[in-house]
Amino acid sequence: METKKTPLYQLHQDSNAKFVEFAGYQMPIQYSDGIVEEHKFTRKHSGIFDVSHMGQLFIYGDGDLVNDLEKIFPLDLKNLKLNHSKYSFLMSDAAGIHDDLIITKIENGFLVILNAACKENDFKILSKLLNNKYEMVLDEKKSLIAIQGPKSVEILNDVIKGVEDLNFMTGNWFLFNDEKIYITRSGYTGEDGFEISVANELADNFTRKLIDKGAKLIGLGARDTLRLEAGLCLYGHELDKDKTPVEANLKWAISKDRISKGDFIGSDIIIKQLTNGVQKVRVGIKPEGRVIAREKTKIFNQANLHIGEITSGTFGPSVNGPVAMGYVENEFSKKDTKVFLEVRGKKHPANICGLPFYKKNYVKGAN
Amino acid sequence: MSEVKYSKEHEWIKLEGDTATIGITKHATEMLGDIVFTELPEKGSNVEKDGTAGVVESTKAASDVYTPVSGEVVDTNQAIVDDPSKINQDPENTAWFFKLKIKDKSEMDSLMNKDEYDKFAKESSS
Repeated sequence: METKKTPLYQLHQDSNAKFVEFAGYQMPIQYSDGIVEEHKFTRKHSGIFDVSHMGQLFIYGDGDLVNDLEKIFPLDLKNLKLNHSKYSFLMSDAAGIHDDLIITKIENGFLVILNAACKENDFKILSKLLNNKYEMVLDEKKSLIAIQGPKSVEILNDVIKGVEDLNFMTGNWFLFNDEKIYITRSGYTGEDGFEISVANELADNFTRKLIDKGAKLIGLGARDTLRLEAGLCLYGHELDKDKTPVEANLKWAISKDRISKGDFIGSDIIIKQLTNGVQKVRVGIKPEGRVIAREKTKIFNQANLHIGEITSGTFGPSVNGPVAMGYVENEFSKKDTKVFLEVRGKKHPANICGLPFYKKNYVKGAN
Repeated sequence: MSEVKYSKEHEWIKLEGDTATIGITKHATEMLGDIVFTELPEKGSNVEKDGTAGVVESTKAASDVYTPVSGEVVDTNQAIVDDPSKINQDPENTAWFFKLKIKDKSEMDSLMNKDEYDKFAKESSS
């Protein structure tokens, strides 16, 4: 199968991107500045991320739709206000995670942002669960561009007046070149920022305007170090079909009201795990030295018993040291528990730590 | 006069008397990206030609460092362990990795000279 290109492919090439194949797309892993500089620039200034490979699923329907979606997502969707967003997941009956996602209430329905590698499968699962009752569009005609970092609000507001008034995890329609575009104040870097859903034919022009105002293109490499420092999960690493939201330490994202009703897919298991506890749980892990423990690194306790595995590990440029997340047996998950990471045959000391590694700078309210 | 040679694993080696200084090439650092971690061999240990003698890690992945000749490790460069970004800045000079007292100078014969290496690097990256 031929790899797909996003509408920003030419711009990436013009910007000396190094490409990798990711979820069937040719995506920029980094540009000439490199991952560390791109990461730091985002934290200090403003970075642009092409996330057009992600799925933009529009589901349109009447009053029944919200009831049907509540059977799927563990959210209080009936009380979700227009243009407000929530983080959630698509689960199996066993509460395994098919995908993690952002769902936003829009006029006449919902917009769901899905991971690139999962979007086709999610569409099939959701079509089946909703019995094809509703109009569902996995929109390939729109690009998705994120702008992240402290200067992003100023830069984007110069191009699109009024975005500065958006609160975190809310969105609205704006005009760009007389076309309606949908913008949410959100992102996945631990920084204040926005995600812009824009028609493919306008994406290049729009992104070049952001660059003219001082923002820089940032590749997937820095996106990974940024989200890891922010303690955010990446599907296929921290999350997969064999892990539940409770094990992933994401119970904050499950509505308490919905747990008490217990009427969504996977709720039996979720309630059982919340009541009885879980065997393994996601934690932050900070190596004591400089050694980097990558994905699949084995974790041992002080008695040299194998107690878990790393799911993501890298060098955190803002932390200026190695950072990791992984799953450990519940009894070893307390903050400051000493563990050992086996890297190239040697065991290196590390500590279980709180997340994030790098403090968030989200904007709560505009004023 | 000292002589600099290059290996197919992208190490450079500079021989002065029977002491060889070894590091990784600029081309290697460009392929690796930002180097964020370095592991060097123990001083006093013996390394064998083409065996692993260290590790460099970029933000993306870990790579082994090989030694192009055999010998005893007589010195290592602590500065690149403390600040691995020095390797990206000056790979073929101040950011050397380790020094060996070499056993057999003829092991140098199979290595490439600068022109040969530049050609090899260009071909292997295209």
